[in-house]
Amino acid sequence: MQTELLGVIVTFVLVLLMAFPLGKYIAKVFQGERTFTDFLNPLERLIFKFSGIDPHRKMNWKDFLKAMLTINLLWFVYAFVLLLFQGHLPLNPDHNPSQTPDLSFNTAISFMVNCDLQDYSGESGLTYLTQIFVVTFLQFVSASTGVAAVVALFNGIKEKSTSNLGNFWNYFVKTITRIFLPLCLVVAIILAFNGTPTSFAGKDTIITMRGDTVNVSRGPAAGMIAIKHLGTNGGGWFNANSAHPLENPNYLTNMVEMMAQILIPVAMIFALGFYTGKKRFAYVIFWVMTLGALILIVPSMVAEIGGNPAIAKMGIAQPTGAMEGKEVRFGPAYSGFWGVMTTVISTGSVNGMHDSYMPMSGTMQLLAMMVNGFYGGCGVGILNYYIYIIIAVFISGLMVGRTPEFMGHKVEAREVKIAALVTLLSTFLIKGGTALAAYVFVHHPDVGWAMKPTAWLNNSGFHGFTEMLYQVTSSNANNGSAYAGMTGNNVFWNVMTGFVLILGRFLPIIGPIAIAGLLASKKYVPQSTGTLKTDSLTFGAMTFAVIVIITALSYFPALALGPLAEYFSVH
Amino acid sequence: MKKYILPSIKLTAVLMVLLCVIYPLFLAAVGKLTPGGGNGETVSLNGKVVGYANIGQNFTDDKYFWGRPSAVSFNAAGSGGSNKGPFDSAYLADVSSKIDSFMAHNPGVSRASVPSELVTYSGSGLDPDISPDGALVQVGRVARARGIDSAALRALVLSHVQGPFLGIFGPSKVNVLKLNVALDQKK
Repeated sequence: MQTELLGVIVTFVLVLLMAFPLGKYIAKVFQGERTFTDFLNPLERLIFKFSGIDPHRKMNWKDFLKAMLTINLLWFVYAFVLLLFQGHLPLNPDHNPSQTPDLSFNTAISFMVNCDLQDYSGESGLTYLTQIFVVTFLQFVSASTGVAAVVALFNGIKEKSTSNLGNFWNYFVKTITRIFLPLCLVVAIILAFNGTPTSFAGKDTIITMRGDTVNVSRGPAAGMIAIKHLGTNGGGWFNANSAHPLENPNYLTNMVEMMAQILIPVAMIFALGFYTGKKRFAYVIFWVMTLGALILIVPSMVAEIGGNPAIAKMGIAQPTGAMEGKEVRFGPAYSGFWGVMTTVISTGSVNGMHDSYMPMSGTMQLLAMMVNGFYGGCGVGILNYYIYIIIAVFISGLMVGRTPEFMGHKVEAREVKIAALVTLLSTFLIKGGTALAAYVFVHHPDVGWAMKPTAWLNNSGFHGFTEMLYQVTSSNANNGSAYAGMTGNNVFWNVMTGFVLILGRFLPIIGPIAIAGLLASKKYVPQSTGTLKTDSLTFGAMTFAVIVIITALSYFPALALGPLAEYFSVH
Repeated sequence: MKKYILPSIKLTAVLMVLLCVIYPLFLAAVGKLTPGGGNGETVSLNGKVVGYANIGQNFTDDKYFWGRPSAVSFNAAGSGGSNKGPFDSAYLADVSSKIDSFMAHNPGVSRASVPSELVTYSGSGLDPDISPDGALVQVGRVARARGIDSAALRALVLSHVQGPFLGIFGPSKVNVLKLNVALDQKK
């Protein structure tokens, strides 16, 4: 057990240590300062020249969002069409079929929004063409969209008074060339040397020792698995995701994949400090987020290490913990850690099947996705956290009876309204979507759809409800992990989560960018003794309290019906 | 929005060359230098490929070590777990019957020495490993079925234990396929 805990602790500490210098580097890249990757300048110039883009043109928040949304819309249309016809296109050695329209709709959106909810199985639902030209491509660009967006926010925080939030294209391209591509090469090569396939050969057929004929799916997976984690995407090459022994062959790759997904969201917090010069502000955010993450991680690890009480009653041994849905080479301690970490960060890759985790872990995973701002996804985690900050500033202002200020700008009705709407949006989408699904399941179980609602779930009772709640929560949080027992590949779920995905992605990006743009264009008010200090631990505690209260008020009833009820039915 | 359409199309095209052509082809070339040549590492018995080192197989004979139960019948073209909730009554009955079956095949073994990984489904359905305890508890059965000395078999199992990564990180494990190949090579 000590070696298992040591693996978790060293992973976490090591990645936090690496995130600090990386954050410094990221800040330099976006400030246009000299870095050791400047040899890529000619490549970037070539990309801009070919695309007819002036990377120095200033953009206000509206221009910035327009550029971002235009290119995202283009990717959606492109991905949808390619998935719809993949069966007839080249690079399909396994002769996998095209996706149905509703599945293409869901898959295209899911990868565009950095969620990677997968209503298909990787082995049979995609071709090598779509694995690379749709999935891998969108994993790169969706993560870079998030990072570019948060740099706009940095500009809004840094400048005293400006309408310029920077150039979207510039940030977007540099995120790919300077951050993701180099890191992906390192991670992918480590994976390749530990047994993850890289070749384009199709399925292999072998005769096992017992004489069974078994097909083994393969493919150029290593590159995709690298960006899947670094970009906090999470969509797996194979159905079992990072529990699959080719996708995550051993303990080293497991540590590398985990570090890869934590690295950039944490580095962005430090980058915020270096970029804006407000380091204390960034450190407070870092500690609040780390504390929040730990509060969710520890109970889950304790529950998984403790094992399944129902199996303990059968008299067999659970020396390492609860093994259902887990892999021997990782062990329950690491899988418990991974399960919460991947939901704290909006990755959603799994190295054990969440559906079979203990109800305590399910509660923590759901909470992590409901908050979605303790680290959070690449870039977007800080955007989500920013909304909590604005609300904390507003409430603090009310408490002391002053017009709230943030970074020298008055926070007024318009900004607070946007923040409130974004906050309410997620509870509306999660509870509304789950309620709709539960209603159909209970009242129309035998509707003559291609898949009857009665066949949706793999579990009954509280756990069955949790499967639906988890699916919608994961979609809204753009997380992508699933209680995989639930069959999402039917018209109802594909379309419903498709809309939840798109709203849950873009409104929480548009909202914070709009607030940052509106605030930055206001007159700068110099700090006085009466100014609320947003870089103090007191304010950190205030933000943490706001997060706890909003989350508890919004989601307690839903959690009580699902994992909490399951927990108390046994304990 | 209109003025952004053309740059978007061109930028997408040029990034595709970088991310979807150069990146995977470069990695495929690097993969050729790896032990499995980028195709996955295989295991051979008497010069014949009998499986992939990292992909678990189905063993049910008493004379072989058994691996983890698989919810997908060891279909390596369709991985997955049982996705059963931990307290589901049908699932618990399933585990219970797996324990009974294990006890029937391994007389003389106490329930408390059976680690749960032998009766619970793995996450991928393809888990290649079991714990050292999970292998040792089967030594008596395999030795009887093969008519060999159980002390020697125990030594063989122990020689196949892969310790924690770098000696300090993570669990110890035994690759079931490699162990069974070694068993067949031994005679």
